[in-house]
Amino acid sequence: MKIGIPREIFKDERRVAATPPSVHKLIGLGYEVVVEGGAGEAANYSDAAYEKVGASIAADTTSLWREADFILKVRAPMENPALGKHEVDLMKDGAFLVSYIWPAQNPELLEKLAAKKITSFAIDSLPRISRAQKMDALSAMANIAGYRAVIEAANNFGRFFTGQVTAAGKVPPAKVMVIGAGVAGLAAIGAANSMGAIVRAFDTRLEVKEQVESMGAEFLELDFGDEEGSGGGGYAKQMSDEFIKAEMALFAEQAEEVDIIITTALIPGKPAPKLITADMVKSMKPGSVIVDLASERGGNCELTEPGKVAHHHGVTLIGYTDLPSRMAKVASDLYATNLVHLLTELTPEKDGQPQVNMEDDVIRGLTVVKEDEITWPPPQPEAPVSTAPPPGTEEPSAADKAAAKKHADRRSLIGKSVLLVVTALALYGVGAHAPESFLQHFTVFVLACFIGWQVIWNVTPSLHTPLMSVTNAISGIIVIGAILHLAQAENIAVGIMAFVAVLIASINVGGGFRVTHRMLKMFRK
Amino acid sequence: MSTGLVSVAYVVASICFILSLGGLSHQESARRGNLYGVAGIIIAVGATLASVDGGVTAIVIAVLLGAGIGIPIANKVEMTQMPQLVALLHSFVGLAAVLVGFSGYIEPLIATTGAEHTIKLVEVFVGIFIGAVTFTGSLVACGKLDGRIDSKALTLPGRHLMNLVAVIACVLLGAWFLGTESMALGIIALVIMTVIASVLGIHLIMAIGGADMPVVVSMLNSYSGWAAASIGFMLGNDLLIVVGALVGSSGAILSYIMCKAMNRSFISVILGGFGQTTSSSSAADSDQTVYESSADDVCEELRNADSVIIVPGYGMAVAQAQNGVSEMTKILRERGVNVRFGIHPVAGRLPGHMNVLLAEAHVPYDIVLEMDEINADFPETDVVLVIGANDTVNPAAAEDPGSPIAGMPVLEVWKARQVVVLKRGMATGYSGVENPLFFKDNTRMLFGDAKESIDKLVGGLRG
Repeated sequence: MKIGIPREIFKDERRVAATPPSVHKLIGLGYEVVVEGGAGEAANYSDAAYEKVGASIAADTTSLWREADFILKVRAPMENPALGKHEVDLMKDGAFLVSYIWPAQNPELLEKLAAKKITSFAIDSLPRISRAQKMDALSAMANIAGYRAVIEAANNFGRFFTGQVTAAGKVPPAKVMVIGAGVAGLAAIGAANSMGAIVRAFDTRLEVKEQVESMGAEFLELDFGDEEGSGGGGYAKQMSDEFIKAEMALFAEQAEEVDIIITTALIPGKPAPKLITADMVKSMKPGSVIVDLASERGGNCELTEPGKVAHHHGVTLIGYTDLPSRMAKVASDLYATNLVHLLTELTPEKDGQPQVNMEDDVIRGLTVVKEDEITWPPPQPEAPVSTAPPPGTEEPSAADKAAAKKHADRRSLIGKSVLLVVTALALYGVGAHAPESFLQHFTVFVLACFIGWQVIWNVTPSLHTPLMSVTNAISGIIVIGAILHLAQAENIAVGIMAFVAVLIASINVGGGFRVTHRMLKMFRK
Repeated sequence: MSTGLVSVAYVVASICFILSLGGLSHQESARRGNLYGVAGIIIAVGATLASVDGGVTAIVIAVLLGAGIGIPIANKVEMTQMPQLVALLHSFVGLAAVLVGFSGYIEPLIATTGAEHTIKLVEVFVGIFIGAVTFTGSLVACGKLDGRIDSKALTLPGRHLMNLVAVIACVLLGAWFLGTESMALGIIALVIMTVIASVLGIHLIMAIGGADMPVVVSMLNSYSGWAAASIGFMLGNDLLIVVGALVGSSGAILSYIMCKAMNRSFISVILGGFGQTTSSSSAADSDQTVYESSADDVCEELRNADSVIIVPGYGMAVAQAQNGVSEMTKILRERGVNVRFGIHPVAGRLPGHMNVLLAEAHVPYDIVLEMDEINADFPETDVVLVIGANDTVNPAAAEDPGSPIAGMPVLEVWKARQVVVLKRGMATGYSGVENPLFFKDNTRMLFGDAKESIDKLVGGLRG
């Protein structure tokens, strides 16, 4: 089957859905790959680089779309102004498509696709379960957006991020507030923190507190009972009115203090919540910067102008909607890898023939059109995975543990007492009945055991193998007994036995010492 | 030579042996320790030879022949085969004990009467019993380690009962043996007991699976010592008693250390079989995902790392990857990366097995650290490479109180920033417990033969 990689025609879109390394992997899955001329140019991938890994370059846009059985792209298919035709109309009937689709916002597109029997996978509809993480383009892009948001903020901010004490005076560090600690928010926290800023973060989901703190930011907490903002699939849900009120008060207070606000708050299927009011913007210090990562969905700030940089009350409001595309190379790399993972799942046989297994939760979630049927929305996935341990595996309570320990202690105490009594009885028996000669040897034996015990504990664990081989050699001392017997043997059978015993004990002595020596020689600093 | 001089020589030899074991407390004094051992044995054999009246030719021939066989074997043996060799040598001690025991019964060196005679008979009996168990048990262990015998635990139904019956039968035979006056009947009793003990030895070790071998080998080491000691009692020879006691306690301590490292009791190891006593409690969540990595990516990680810890396991020995690992260590150290090794006490099939393999591959011993020395350093480590280890790095032991291996001390590799696991596939380790490490977010799997993977890494780091 032939995969087609078209050039993105959306304004200012620099990303591309496949890179030369990913094309190489796609070919490994049994596909042929055709790339539209100049598709990777904005992401610094030349046509020659694609050709080198085995892709062919399509003569023009129309022929690419006509040839390909499987289109990989970034943006949802749209009207091509140059050709005056919709991209879906350029496609083969019954072909496959992977791209962003936003099925909730684009019902007409779904119908168009279904009319042409184009099986479509919306990368933005990927279920958020851990098995699917490797295909999660939204997270990959959000990560880039979060990083870039900090860079854009720094670019528009007239001061250092890090505090400095110089001969020319002291510069305080910038204070950054990040609202929404999702993937983008955490990336922004990490980037701002590593540039030296003081970072605070807010999220309605208390479960992310640890993640926020691990990235080096302070977690702003609302003292607000136990209302918790976790919705399904790792997203936030809408909060109660009182909560929002308290939240807004917190933001108002912070706005006066911080220099940079980065907002990333989104609620699935709803316009972005308005969190930063015009009054808050007004209260910020002149020269402050707001980066609104939610601007594509209306923005978290009332004054955001999507896609533009605006200035209000001395505050710069950055409303870019194309932050990942502004880092086209890394964004393309990650997106292309996500798609390779997806195609690997789709092509288990590696024969270049995609199999749409609707039983698979991940594939089911992605598939928005299957042949002529619109399959969006998918059936509700199971409830969000709670991070709390399931009740069955709870740790035993402290009382249980103490009881168990007590029990174990008692058992070991009983065991020890029994051992002590048995030893005492045995010693008594030996002392009372054994003859003198035996007792002498017995004394030697017991003392030797204790010496051995003391000496062996000092042996370093790394020399345990040489210890074994040397004790092996030493236990060949049994040769002495064999020698004594061989020397005095009268019976031929005894003689033979003793001879064999001397022989094998000597193997032990010779071999044991020799191999120990070899080993010890190897230990070098 | 007078008996007095012989006794003094034996005392000197005993001291030499103690110094020999004491020398092993550190790598620098270890070689000297080995020489003390050689000196001890030469003094002991020399003194014995000087004291005997006849048969010197036969003795010298036997000694030279034995040494002539032993030394070339020792010269040739691969370090990966050390466990087999050690087990084989244990079996020799066991066999020698049996033979000397029989000789001692048929032709006693010292005439004894009354209580002394009874005690001597007990010593003969016990010596032969331990010797026979050691002999066959070690042979089976050797076969298992060498792969000639399936290393899975053989679990016959009612095996504990069978062992018990065998031991009781030996005790009864012992009573009969002590009661009989006739030497012919005595020999018959001894032979029957030897056969039973031999079968017992085979059966005991057959029931123990591969990864419990460190315990088994150290236990057999201990037995071979006790066998020598009981022969020493029989002959009234203090040197044999001292050496037997030293070796016996050495093996016992090693077994104890190994058991502690697995958080299992000695009895449970000896009674055999891990897999069947446990049900896999934490079955893998189907939703868990493993992240596969490539050699190139791992190279990149290693290049960017400041500190790397390598955790080898038996898989490294099987794949013979130690030379590649050493090469990689060298390259990384030349780049200024802090490379260290973390060794779990039961890694491999012999106590200290990994240390020997790494030493053979010229890894400096001062960067090879024990579990306790290195466990605290994982959180500050950039990359951990787990090579063919599984149960010894299983976080379930520390985190899941319901796990069959809960409480076993493990190397806490998952606390590092990034863990790379080199492994053939997703199979579980010896304990049969699923390893959650493979599903952690900071774990990358590099599937394939350890040696090939390491060679690729070495190539990548060079290029």
